[in-house]
Amino acid sequence: MQARLAATDLACRRGDRLLFRGLSFECDAGEALHIAGANGIGKSSLLRILAGLLRPLAGSVLHEGGIGLVDERLAMDENLPLGRALAFWEHIDGCRDPGRAFEVLDLASLMEVPVRYLSTGQRKRAALARLLNRNCPIWLLDEPLNGLDTQAQKAFEALVLGHCDGGGIAVVASHQGFALPSPRTIELAEYAA
Amino acid sequence: MIGTLLRRDLGLLLPGGRAGGGVLPLLFFLAVAMLYPFAVGPDAQLLARTGGGVIWVAALLAAILPLERLVTADLEAGVFDQLHLRGVSEELAMASRLIAHWLAFAPLLLLATLPAAALLGLDEATTRTVLLGLLAGTPGLAAVGLAVAALTASLRGGAALAGLMVIPLAVPILIFGAGALARPDPGALMLTGAISLGLCALAPFAAALAIRSVREG
Repeated sequence: MQARLAATDLACRRGDRLLFRGLSFECDAGEALHIAGANGIGKSSLLRILAGLLRPLAGSVLHEGGIGLVDERLAMDENLPLGRALAFWEHIDGCRDPGRAFEVLDLASLMEVPVRYLSTGQRKRAALARLLNRNCPIWLLDEPLNGLDTQAQKAFEALVLGHCDGGGIAVVASHQGFALPSPRTIELAEYAA
Repeated sequence: MIGTLLRRDLGLLLPGGRAGGGVLPLLFFLAVAMLYPFAVGPDAQLLARTGGGVIWVAALLAAILPLERLVTADLEAGVFDQLHLRGVSEELAMASRLIAHWLAFAPLLLLATLPAAALLGLDEATTRTVLLGLLAGTPGLAAVGLAVAALTASLRGGAALAGLMVIPLAVPILIFGAGALARPDPGALMLTGAISLGLCALAPFAAALAIRSVREG
């Protein structure tokens, strides 16, 4: 099955504020999309709508293929060693070979460290490892470079490139630049109400 | 799937589990049973007549203590969002949490009922009725607790509010469960069990609705 993600005429309201409206796009397998815009313009809300976690005020989202989301919340047990916290998600995702992701993201040495002692960048890498092990075609990434050092940023950009080459879709919401295979950018400000 | 969820939930909630708390509700329960004779005096007959009811009230209040750590932390950490993306419904997650919550507090509470009954000088028949009543009633208490914990998880000071909200909802269980002590009637125990099962069937759905509404909010 070819991965696909399409949004039609999306509008989003948070509280009393209409964040954006009339937003449509389509992503086919292998495509990447950069959602740009200032803080508070609705990038995270858009990703949550695409993930099906938030109902849009108007419009609809269509997706074929599993969705993985990386946002600012780690969703792991703070008191568990990282290895065991990740193991729970590997069980849920039915992942049999989690080791490769840990190697790529340089996490192998952190497996015994309780999650609450991890730094911002290490937490981000843990979330990305879970995304890799989920093995799903559609990646929704909310500020994925935040907290990562230059080396990890490079490694991660290479991962996204590889993901898209393999027929995956990546939607990256980021206020900073991101090396994407096909530089398609949505400036959310253009859709602001 | 449910096995994986349940293992994690038990790891969080069992005494000594990662969410903390542990045996505190149990000690609280025993403390009430210990204080009561001091408060009403050493009238053995009075203690034996009212002791069963005191155990019930203590059990109800002890069931409130773990509510704070039942849902809030996972909701804030985004665990339910990530599960939702993986096709694990909030209902399933809450059903697993309900089972884990009951397992974490009820069996130990039943055990602690024995020393509590001894402290209050209950006779054998009364102790048995209390035990059977608690066995029938605690699943309902757990269910009410879970639904209320999910409802109040996103509120500031939600824990205190949860305690207040559980009490009126638990009244039916208390009426029939403790009512069975007044006259030897298995019907009251069965009604307690029936209410409990009804609440257990509803609670995962109510809690799931609460979690989804927080997400939309």
